[in-house]
Amino acid sequence: MTINKTEIPEVAPTFRVQWEEAQGCYVVLYPEGMVKLNQSSGEIMSRVDGQTSIEQIIKDLEAAFSESNLEDDVLKFLEVAYDNGWIRNKK
Amino acid sequence: MTTAGSETKSDINPPLWLLAELTYKCPLQCPYCSNPVEIAKYQNELTTEDWVRVMQQARKMGATQLGFSGGEPLVRQDLEELIQEARHLGYYTNLITSGVGMDEARVKRFKDAGLDHIQISFQASNEELNNYLGGTKSFQHKKEMARIVKEYEYPMVLNIVIHRKNIDQIRDILDMTVELKADYVELASTQYYGWSRINVDQLLPTREQLANAEAVAKEYQDKMKGKSKIIYVIPDYFETRPKPCMNGWGAIFLTIAPDGTALPCHEAGQLPIEFPNLKDMSVQEAWNDSPGFNHFRGFDWMVEPCRSCPEKTKDFGGCRCQAFMLTGDARNADPVCDKSPYHQQLQDDVKRINALAEEEFDNKVDEKPLIFRNMKNSKKQMEEA
Repeated sequence: MTINKTEIPEVAPTFRVQWEEAQGCYVVLYPEGMVKLNQSSGEIMSRVDGQTSIEQIIKDLEAAFSESNLEDDVLKFLEVAYDNGWIRNKK
Repeated sequence: MTTAGSETKSDINPPLWLLAELTYKCPLQCPYCSNPVEIAKYQNELTTEDWVRVMQQARKMGATQLGFSGGEPLVRQDLEELIQEARHLGYYTNLITSGVGMDEARVKRFKDAGLDHIQISFQASNEELNNYLGGTKSFQHKKEMARIVKEYEYPMVLNIVIHRKNIDQIRDILDMTVELKADYVELASTQYYGWSRINVDQLLPTREQLANAEAVAKEYQDKMKGKSKIIYVIPDYFETRPKPCMNGWGAIFLTIAPDGTALPCHEAGQLPIEFPNLKDMSVQEAWNDSPGFNHFRGFDWMVEPCRSCPEKTKDFGGCRCQAFMLTGDARNADPVCDKSPYHQQLQDDVKRINALAEEEFDNKVDEKPLIFRNMKNSKKQMEEA
Protein backbone atom coordinates (compact mmCIF):
# COMPACT_ATOMS: atom_id res chain seq x y z
CA MET A 1 0.00 0.00 0.00
CA THR A 2 1.28 3.45 -0.90
CA ILE A 3 0.47 6.23 1.50
CA ASN A 4 0.02 9.74 0.17
CA LYS A 5 1.58 12.08 2.71
CA THR A 6 -0.70 14.98 1.88
CA GLU A 7 -3.75 13.01 3.03
CA ILE A 8 -5.43 13.95 6.31
CA PRO A 9 -6.21 10.82 8.33
CA GLU A 10 -8.97 10.55 10.91
CA VAL A 11 -9.97 7.84 13.38
CA ALA A 12 -12.71 5.74 11.75
CA PRO A 13 -16.14 6.26 13.35
CA THR A 14 -16.22 2.63 14.46
CA PHE A 15 -13.09 3.03 16.63
CA ARG A 16 -12.05 5.23 19.53
CA VAL A 17 -8.57 6.20 20.70
CA GLN A 18 -7.88 7.42 24.22
CA TRP A 19 -5.24 7.67 26.92
CA GLU A 20 -5.75 5.11 29.71
CA GLU A 21 -4.32 6.26 33.00
CA ALA A 22 -4.50 2.81 34.63
CA GLN A 23 -2.66 1.18 31.71
CA GLY A 24 -0.25 4.06 31.18
CA CYS A 25 -0.77 3.99 27.43
CA TYR A 26 -2.99 4.96 24.51
CA VAL A 27 -5.55 2.32 23.55
CA VAL A 28 -7.68 1.66 20.49
CA LEU A 29 -11.20 0.71 21.52
CA TYR A 30 -13.79 -1.14 19.45
CA PRO A 31 -16.83 -3.33 20.19
CA GLU A 32 -15.95 -5.49 23.16
CA GLY A 33 -12.23 -5.14 22.55
CA MET A 34 -9.12 -3.05 23.12
CA VAL A 35 -5.60 -2.83 21.69
CA LYS A 36 -2.88 -1.28 23.82
CA LEU A 37 -0.48 0.86 21.82
CA ASN A 38 3.22 1.06 22.60
CA GLN A 39 4.66 4.50 23.22
CA SER A 40 5.65 5.43 19.67
CA SER A 41 2.40 4.07 18.16
CA GLY A 42 0.47 6.00 20.80
CA GLU A 43 2.28 9.24 19.97
CA ILE A 44 1.40 8.81 16.29
CA MET A 45 -2.23 7.78 16.87
CA SER A 46 -2.85 10.65 19.27
CA ARG A 47 -1.96 13.07 16.46
CA VAL A 48 -4.49 11.59 14.05
CA ASP A 49 -7.23 14.17 14.52
CA GLY A 50 -8.87 14.67 11.13
CA GLN A 51 -7.14 18.04 10.73
CA THR A 52 -3.44 17.26 10.46
CA SER A 53 -1.84 15.84 7.31
CA ILE A 54 0.54 12.89 7.48
CA GLU A 55 3.35 15.22 6.42
CA GLN A 56 2.59 17.51 9.32
CA ILE A 57 2.28 14.63 11.81
CA ILE A 58 5.79 13.50 10.85
CA LYS A 59 7.14 17.05 11.30
CA ASP A 60 5.39 17.42 14.66
CA LEU A 61 6.82 14.15 15.94
CA GLU A 62 10.33 14.99 14.75
CA ALA A 63 10.11 18.34 16.54
CA ALA A 64 8.61 16.86 19.72
CA PHE A 65 11.28 14.18 20.05
CA SER A 66 14.19 16.15 18.51
CA GLU A 67 14.74 13.46 15.91
CA SER A 68 14.95 13.37 12.15
CA ASN A 69 14.08 10.57 9.74
CA LEU A 70 10.97 9.37 11.56
CA GLU A 71 9.09 9.13 8.27
CA ASP A 72 9.63 5.40 7.69
CA ASP A 73 8.53 4.46 11.21
CA VAL A 74 5.44 6.66 11.03
CA LEU A 75 4.40 5.34 7.62
CA LYS A 76 4.97 1.76 8.76
CA PHE A 77 2.63 2.23 11.72
CA LEU A 78 0.01 4.13 9.70
CA GLU A 79 -0.08 1.26 7.24
CA VAL A 80 -0.99 -1.08 10.10
CA ALA A 81 -3.60 1.41 11.31
CA TYR A 82 -5.19 1.72 7.83
CA ASP A 83 -5.07 -2.05 7.41
CA ASN A 84 -6.89 -2.62 10.71
CA GLY A 85 -9.49 -0.03 9.75
CA TRP A 86 -8.60 2.17 12.76
CA ILE A 87 -8.07 5.21 10.53
CA ARG A 88 -9.27 6.46 7.17
CA ASN A 89 -8.59 9.48 4.99
CA LYS A 90 -10.80 12.45 5.58
CA LYS A 91 -12.84 13.29 2.53
CA MET B 1 8.39 -13.40 41.03
CA THR B 2 6.06 -15.20 43.41
CA THR B 3 5.23 -18.86 43.03
CA ALA B 4 1.72 -20.14 42.48
CA GLY B 5 1.66 -21.19 46.12
CA SER B 6 2.14 -17.77 47.64
CA GLU B 7 -0.14 -15.48 45.74
CA THR B 8 -0.36 -12.03 47.23
CA LYS B 9 -2.81 -9.21 46.69
CA SER B 10 -0.34 -7.39 44.47
CA ASP B 11 -0.87 -10.15 41.89
CA ILE B 12 -4.49 -9.12 41.41
CA ASN B 13 -4.99 -7.10 38.26
CA PRO B 14 -7.88 -4.67 38.05
CA PRO B 15 -11.03 -5.57 36.11
CA LEU B 16 -10.99 -4.40 32.49
CA TRP B 17 -14.47 -5.52 31.50
CA LEU B 18 -17.61 -4.59 33.35
CA LEU B 19 -20.80 -6.37 32.34
CA ALA B 20 -23.80 -4.56 33.78
CA GLU B 21 -26.83 -6.82 33.77
CA LEU B 22 -29.31 -4.01 34.34
CA THR B 23 -32.42 -6.17 34.60
CA TYR B 24 -33.61 -9.73 34.00
CA LYS B 25 -36.87 -8.45 32.53
CA CYS B 26 -37.07 -9.24 28.84
CA PRO B 27 -39.82 -9.17 26.20
CA LEU B 28 -38.22 -12.23 24.56
CA GLN B 29 -38.30 -15.79 25.86
CA CYS B 30 -35.35 -17.48 24.13
CA PRO B 31 -35.02 -21.03 25.44
CA TYR B 32 -31.21 -20.83 25.36
CA CYS B 33 -30.88 -17.64 27.40
CA SER B 34 -27.65 -17.59 29.41
CA ASN B 35 -29.36 -15.86 32.33
CA PRO B 36 -29.84 -17.97 35.45
CA VAL B 37 -32.92 -20.19 35.47
CA GLU B 38 -33.71 -18.44 38.79
CA ILE B 39 -34.41 -15.04 37.14
CA ALA B 40 -37.69 -14.74 39.07
CA LYS B 41 -35.68 -14.57 42.30
CA TYR B 42 -34.01 -11.26 41.39
CA GLN B 43 -36.41 -8.60 42.56
CA ASN B 44 -34.50 -5.64 43.98
CA GLU B 45 -32.76 -4.04 41.03
CA LEU B 46 -29.98 -1.53 41.63
CA THR B 47 -31.07 2.10 41.38
CA THR B 48 -29.61 4.63 38.95
CA GLU B 49 -27.47 6.03 41.79
CA ASP B 50 -26.17 2.53 42.63
CA TRP B 51 -25.12 1.92 39.03
CA VAL B 52 -23.44 5.32 38.76
CA ARG B 53 -21.44 4.62 41.95
CA VAL B 54 -20.42 1.16 40.72
CA MET B 55 -19.38 2.49 37.30
CA GLN B 56 -17.30 5.24 38.92
CA GLN B 57 -15.53 2.79 41.24
CA ALA B 58 -14.75 0.25 38.51
CA ARG B 59 -13.54 2.95 36.13
CA LYS B 60 -11.20 4.31 38.78
CA MET B 61 -9.66 0.84 39.08
CA GLY B 62 -9.07 0.75 35.32
CA ALA B 63 -12.15 -0.87 33.75
CA THR B 64 -12.43 0.29 30.13
CA GLN B 65 -15.10 -1.81 28.42
CA LEU B 66 -18.64 -1.58 29.72
CA GLY B 67 -21.47 -3.76 28.48
CA PHE B 68 -25.08 -2.84 29.19
CA SER B 69 -26.87 -6.15 29.11
CA GLY B 70 -29.73 -8.01 30.74
CA GLY B 71 -32.38 -9.38 30.30
CA GLU B 72 -33.21 -6.57 27.94
CA PRO B 73 -31.39 -3.40 29.01
CA LEU B 74 -33.84 -1.24 27.01
CA VAL B 75 -36.43 -2.04 29.69
CA ARG B 76 -34.56 0.32 32.03
CA GLN B 77 -35.90 3.82 31.54
CA ASP B 78 -32.68 5.28 32.95
CA LEU B 79 -30.53 3.66 30.24
CA GLU B 80 -29.81 6.98 28.48
CA GLU B 81 -28.69 8.48 31.77
CA LEU B 82 -26.42 5.53 32.53
CA ILE B 83 -24.88 5.65 29.05
CA GLN B 84 -24.18 9.35 29.42
CA GLU B 85 -22.50 8.85 32.79
CA ALA B 86 -20.49 5.88 31.50
CA ARG B 87 -19.25 7.80 28.47
CA HIS B 88 -18.42 10.77 30.64
CA LEU B 89 -16.30 8.47 32.82
CA GLY B 90 -14.39 7.35 29.71
CA TYR B 91 -15.79 3.85 29.22
CA TYR B 92 -16.21 2.30 25.80
CA THR B 93 -19.92 1.64 26.01
CA ASN B 94 -21.56 -1.42 24.45
CA LEU B 95 -25.31 -1.93 24.32
CA ILE B 96 -26.21 -5.62 24.06
CA THR B 97 -29.83 -5.80 23.02
CA SER B 98 -32.58 -7.68 21.23
CA GLY B 99 -33.66 -4.40 19.63
CA VAL B 100 -37.14 -4.82 21.09
CA GLY B 101 -37.97 -1.56 22.88
CA MET B 102 -35.85 0.52 20.53
CA ASP B 103 -36.91 3.07 17.93
CA GLU B 104 -35.11 5.73 15.93
CA ALA B 105 -35.70 8.44 18.54
CA ARG B 106 -34.05 6.28 21.17
CA VAL B 107 -31.10 5.39 18.91
CA LYS B 108 -30.59 9.11 18.41
CA ARG B 109 -30.73 9.76 22.17
CA PHE B 110 -28.15 7.00 22.71
CA LYS B 111 -25.90 8.66 20.13
CA ASP B 112 -26.26 12.01 21.88
CA ALA B 113 -25.46 10.31 25.20
CA GLY B 114 -22.23 8.97 23.66
CA LEU B 115 -23.00 5.28 23.19
CA ASP B 116 -20.15 3.64 21.22
CA HIS B 117 -21.59 0.39 19.93
CA ILE B 118 -24.82 -1.55 19.53
CA GLN B 119 -25.07 -5.31 19.34
CA ILE B 120 -28.38 -6.70 18.13
CA SER B 121 -29.33 -10.33 18.51
CA PHE B 122 -31.25 -12.32 15.93
CA GLN B 123 -32.75 -15.70 16.65
CA ALA B 124 -32.80 -16.88 13.02
CA SER B 125 -32.76 -15.61 9.44
CA ASN B 126 -36.42 -16.21 8.78
CA GLU B 127 -39.37 -14.60 10.42
CA GLU B 128 -41.17 -17.72 11.54
CA LEU B 129 -38.29 -19.38 13.36
CA ASN B 130 -37.01 -16.06 14.76
CA ASN B 131 -40.37 -15.22 16.25
CA TYR B 132 -40.95 -18.77 17.51
CA LEU B 133 -37.61 -18.92 19.35
CA GLY B 134 -37.91 -15.40 20.76
CA GLY B 135 -41.54 -15.89 21.66
CA THR B 136 -42.42 -12.51 20.11
CA LYS B 137 -43.10 -10.95 16.72
CA SER B 138 -39.78 -9.19 16.56
CA PHE B 139 -38.05 -10.14 13.29
CA GLN B 140 -39.04 -7.22 11.05
CA HIS B 141 -38.48 -4.76 13.86
CA LYS B 142 -34.98 -6.11 14.48
CA LYS B 143 -34.09 -5.71 10.80
CA GLU B 144 -35.40 -2.15 10.84
CA MET B 145 -33.36 -1.37 13.96
CA ALA B 146 -30.20 -2.83 12.40
CA ARG B 147 -30.67 -0.46 9.44
CA ILE B 148 -31.09 2.52 11.76
CA VAL B 149 -28.04 1.55 13.82
CA LYS B 150 -25.93 1.65 10.65
CA GLU B 151 -27.55 4.90 9.56
CA TYR B 152 -26.30 6.49 12.78
CA GLU B 153 -22.76 5.25 12.02
CA TYR B 154 -22.48 2.89 14.97
CA PRO B 155 -20.21 -0.09 14.67
CA MET B 156 -22.72 -2.93 14.60
CA VAL B 157 -22.34 -6.45 15.88
CA LEU B 158 -25.01 -8.95 14.95
CA ASN B 159 -25.17 -11.85 17.34
CA ILE B 160 -26.93 -15.05 16.40
CA VAL B 161 -27.03 -17.90 18.87
CA ILE B 162 -26.49 -21.11 16.92
CA HIS B 163 -28.04 -24.45 17.88
CA ARG B 164 -29.73 -27.49 16.35
CA LYS B 165 -32.87 -25.58 15.31
CA ASN B 166 -31.07 -22.96 13.18
CA ILE B 167 -27.61 -24.31 12.42
CA ASP B 168 -28.62 -25.70 9.02
CA GLN B 169 -29.66 -22.19 7.96
CA ILE B 170 -26.22 -20.76 8.61
CA ARG B 171 -25.82 -19.65 4.98
CA ASP B 172 -29.10 -17.69 5.10
CA ILE B 173 -28.08 -16.22 8.45
CA LEU B 174 -24.76 -15.03 7.04
CA ASP B 175 -26.45 -13.64 3.92
CA MET B 176 -28.72 -11.66 6.23
CA THR B 177 -25.73 -10.21 8.11
CA VAL B 178 -24.17 -9.19 4.79
CA GLU B 179 -27.42 -7.54 3.70
CA LEU B 180 -27.65 -5.65 7.01
CA LYS B 181 -23.98 -4.54 6.71
CA ALA B 182 -22.81 -5.91 10.05
CA ASP B 183 -19.28 -4.88 10.99
CA TYR B 184 -18.91 -7.94 13.19
CA VAL B 185 -20.89 -11.17 13.29
CA GLU B 186 -20.88 -13.42 16.30
CA LEU B 187 -22.14 -16.89 15.56
CA ALA B 188 -22.41 -17.83 19.18
CA SER B 189 -22.88 -21.54 19.61
CA THR B 190 -25.17 -22.30 22.49
CA GLN B 191 -23.06 -23.10 25.51
CA TYR B 192 -24.96 -25.21 27.97
CA TYR B 193 -25.59 -23.01 30.98
CA GLY B 194 -28.76 -21.54 32.41
CA TRP B 195 -31.78 -22.10 30.20
CA SER B 196 -29.87 -23.85 27.44
CA ARG B 197 -28.72 -26.48 29.92
CA ILE B 198 -32.31 -27.47 30.68
CA ASN B 199 -33.03 -27.52 26.93
CA VAL B 200 -29.79 -29.22 25.90
CA ASP B 201 -31.56 -32.29 24.47
CA GLN B 202 -33.31 -30.10 21.91
CA LEU B 203 -30.50 -27.64 21.21
CA LEU B 204 -27.20 -29.50 20.87
CA PRO B 205 -26.34 -29.91 17.17
CA THR B 206 -24.89 -33.09 15.72
CA ARG B 207 -21.27 -33.42 14.65
CA GLU B 208 -22.37 -33.55 11.04
CA GLN B 209 -24.33 -30.30 11.36
CA LEU B 210 -21.31 -28.68 12.99
CA ALA B 211 -18.90 -29.73 10.25
CA ASN B 212 -21.19 -28.27 7.60
CA ALA B 213 -21.69 -25.03 9.53
CA GLU B 214 -17.96 -24.63 10.09
CA ALA B 215 -17.28 -24.98 6.37
CA VAL B 216 -19.90 -22.35 5.49
CA ALA B 217 -18.62 -19.97 8.18
CA LYS B 218 -15.08 -20.35 6.82
CA GLU B 219 -16.29 -19.56 3.31
CA TYR B 220 -17.93 -16.31 4.50
CA GLN B 221 -14.94 -15.40 6.67
CA ASP B 222 -12.78 -15.46 3.54
CA LYS B 223 -15.37 -13.77 1.35
CA MET B 224 -16.07 -10.93 3.80
CA LYS B 225 -12.48 -10.28 4.85
CA GLY B 226 -11.92 -6.56 5.37
CA LYS B 227 -15.68 -5.86 5.32
CA SER B 228 -17.11 -7.87 8.17
CA LYS B 229 -15.41 -9.89 10.87
CA ILE B 230 -17.15 -13.20 11.42
CA ILE B 231 -16.50 -15.06 14.65
CA TYR B 232 -17.69 -18.63 15.02
CA VAL B 233 -17.03 -20.63 18.15
CA ILE B 234 -18.20 -24.24 18.21
CA PRO B 235 -19.92 -25.63 21.32
CA ASP B 236 -17.21 -26.75 23.70
CA TYR B 237 -18.90 -30.12 24.33
CA PHE B 238 -17.20 -31.20 21.09
CA GLU B 239 -13.71 -30.14 22.13
CA THR B 240 -10.97 -32.07 23.93
CA ARG B 241 -9.43 -29.11 25.74
CA PRO B 242 -11.44 -26.62 27.78
CA LYS B 243 -11.79 -22.91 27.09
CA PRO B 244 -9.68 -20.53 29.21
CA CYS B 245 -12.91 -19.43 30.80
CA MET B 246 -13.10 -15.66 31.41
CA ASN B 247 -9.30 -15.61 30.95
CA GLY B 248 -9.12 -16.77 34.53
CA TRP B 249 -11.31 -16.33 37.58
CA GLY B 250 -11.40 -12.71 38.77
CA ALA B 251 -8.75 -11.80 36.21
CA ILE B 252 -10.39 -9.27 33.89
CA PHE B 253 -14.17 -9.80 33.93
CA LEU B 254 -16.61 -8.39 36.42
CA THR B 255 -20.32 -9.13 36.01
CA ILE B 256 -22.91 -7.35 38.08
CA ALA B 257 -26.32 -8.99 38.38
CA PRO B 258 -29.46 -6.78 38.49
CA ASP B 259 -29.61 -7.02 42.30
CA GLY B 260 -26.00 -5.86 42.72
CA THR B 261 -24.34 -9.23 43.19
CA ALA B 262 -20.77 -9.02 41.87
CA LEU B 263 -19.68 -12.15 39.98
CA PRO B 264 -16.54 -13.31 38.14
CA CYS B 265 -18.80 -14.30 35.23
CA HIS B 266 -22.51 -14.22 34.45
CA GLU B 267 -22.98 -17.92 35.26
CA ALA B 268 -21.14 -18.03 38.59
CA GLY B 269 -24.24 -17.29 40.66
CA GLN B 270 -25.15 -20.98 40.50
CA LEU B 271 -22.00 -22.02 42.40
CA PRO B 272 -22.21 -22.80 46.13
CA ILE B 273 -20.03 -19.78 46.87
CA GLU B 274 -20.97 -16.54 48.55
CA PHE B 275 -20.52 -13.48 46.36
CA PRO B 276 -20.46 -9.87 47.52
CA ASN B 277 -23.26 -7.41 46.85
CA LEU B 278 -22.27 -3.94 45.68
CA LYS B 279 -25.08 -2.39 47.69
CA ASP B 280 -22.95 -3.13 50.77
CA MET B 281 -19.42 -3.04 49.42
CA SER B 282 -17.21 -1.08 47.05
CA VAL B 283 -16.13 -2.63 43.75
CA GLN B 284 -12.51 -2.49 44.90
CA GLU B 285 -13.25 -4.37 48.12
CA ALA B 286 -15.39 -6.95 46.31
CA TRP B 287 -12.81 -7.54 43.56
CA ASN B 288 -9.67 -7.55 45.70
CA ASP B 289 -10.75 -8.85 49.09
CA SER B 290 -13.97 -10.87 48.94
CA PRO B 291 -13.61 -14.65 49.43
CA GLY B 292 -15.84 -15.18 46.37
CA PHE B 293 -13.49 -13.42 43.96
CA ASN B 294 -10.41 -15.05 45.49
CA HIS B 295 -11.89 -18.55 45.49
CA PHE B 296 -10.34 -19.73 42.23
CA ARG B 297 -7.58 -17.19 41.71
CA GLY B 298 -4.12 -18.61 41.14
CA PHE B 299 -3.60 -22.39 41.02
CA ASP B 300 -3.67 -23.52 44.66
CA TRP B 301 -7.31 -24.56 44.55
CA MET B 302 -6.75 -27.10 41.78
CA VAL B 303 -7.10 -30.84 42.13
CA GLU B 304 -5.77 -33.52 39.75
CA PRO B 305 -5.54 -33.78 36.79
CA CYS B 306 -5.23 -29.96 36.64
CA ARG B 307 -2.82 -29.52 39.55
CA SER B 308 0.13 -31.19 37.82
CA CYS B 309 -0.97 -30.35 34.26
CA PRO B 310 1.48 -28.25 32.22
CA GLU B 311 -1.46 -26.64 30.38
CA LYS B 312 -3.03 -25.19 33.54
CA THR B 313 -1.52 -21.76 32.92
CA LYS B 314 -3.11 -21.72 29.48
CA ASP B 315 -6.70 -22.78 30.20
CA PHE B 316 -6.94 -22.51 34.03
CA GLY B 317 -8.66 -25.90 34.08
CA GLY B 318 -11.58 -24.59 32.00
CA CYS B 319 -14.90 -23.42 33.34
CA ARG B 320 -15.71 -23.70 37.07
CA CYS B 321 -19.46 -23.62 36.42
CA GLN B 322 -19.26 -26.41 33.86
CA ALA B 323 -17.15 -28.48 36.27
CA PHE B 324 -19.77 -27.90 38.96
CA MET B 325 -22.74 -28.72 36.72
CA LEU B 326 -21.24 -31.88 35.26
CA THR B 327 -19.25 -33.28 38.19
CA GLY B 328 -20.78 -31.72 41.32
CA ASP B 329 -17.47 -30.13 42.36
CA ALA B 330 -16.37 -26.80 40.92
CA ARG B 331 -12.69 -27.56 41.62
CA ASN B 332 -12.61 -30.45 39.19
CA ALA B 333 -11.24 -30.20 35.68
CA ASP B 334 -13.82 -29.03 33.17
CA PRO B 335 -15.08 -32.34 31.69
CA VAL B 336 -14.58 -30.92 28.19
CA CYS B 337 -10.91 -31.80 28.79
CA ASP B 338 -10.10 -35.35 27.74
CA LYS B 339 -7.83 -35.65 30.78
CA SER B 340 -10.91 -35.36 33.03
CA PRO B 341 -12.26 -38.65 34.43
CA TYR B 342 -15.72 -37.25 33.59
CA HIS B 343 -14.90 -36.64 29.92
CA GLN B 344 -16.27 -40.01 28.79
CA GLN B 345 -19.52 -39.34 30.62
CA LEU B 346 -19.90 -36.07 28.73
CA GLN B 347 -19.08 -37.77 25.42
CA ASP B 348 -21.70 -40.43 26.14
CA ASP B 349 -24.24 -37.71 26.83
CA VAL B 350 -23.40 -35.98 23.55
CA LYS B 351 -23.89 -39.33 21.78
CA ARG B 352 -27.23 -39.85 23.50
CA ILE B 353 -28.41 -36.38 22.45
CA ASN B 354 -27.15 -36.87 18.89
CA ALA B 355 -29.15 -40.10 18.70
CA LEU B 356 -32.23 -38.15 19.84
CA ALA B 357 -31.53 -35.62 17.10
CA GLU B 358 -31.32 -38.34 14.43
CA GLU B 359 -34.68 -39.71 15.54
CA GLU B 360 -36.14 -36.23 15.48
CA PHE B 361 -34.81 -35.62 11.95
CA ASP B 362 -36.43 -38.90 10.87
CA ASN B 363 -39.65 -37.79 12.54
CA LYS B 364 -39.79 -41.03 14.43
CA VAL B 365 -40.52 -39.49 17.78
CA ASP B 366 -42.21 -36.41 19.17
CA GLU B 367 -39.55 -34.16 20.54
CA LYS B 368 -39.69 -32.80 24.03
CA PRO B 369 -41.10 -29.27 24.15
CA LEU B 370 -38.62 -26.44 24.67
CA ILE B 371 -38.84 -24.68 28.01
CA PHE B 372 -39.04 -20.96 27.21
CA ARG B 373 -37.32 -18.40 29.38
CA ASN B 374 -39.92 -16.46 31.31
CA MET B 375 -40.78 -15.68 34.91
CA LYS B 376 -43.49 -18.35 35.07
CA ASN B 377 -41.15 -21.11 33.94
CA SER B 378 -38.44 -19.76 36.21
CA LYS B 379 -40.72 -20.12 39.24
CA LYS B 380 -41.74 -23.60 38.12
CA GLN B 381 -38.14 -24.70 37.68
CA MET B 382 -37.24 -23.38 41.13
CA GLU B 383 -40.17 -25.24 42.71
CA GLU B 384 -39.12 -28.47 41.03
CA ALA B 385 -35.47 -28.10 42.01
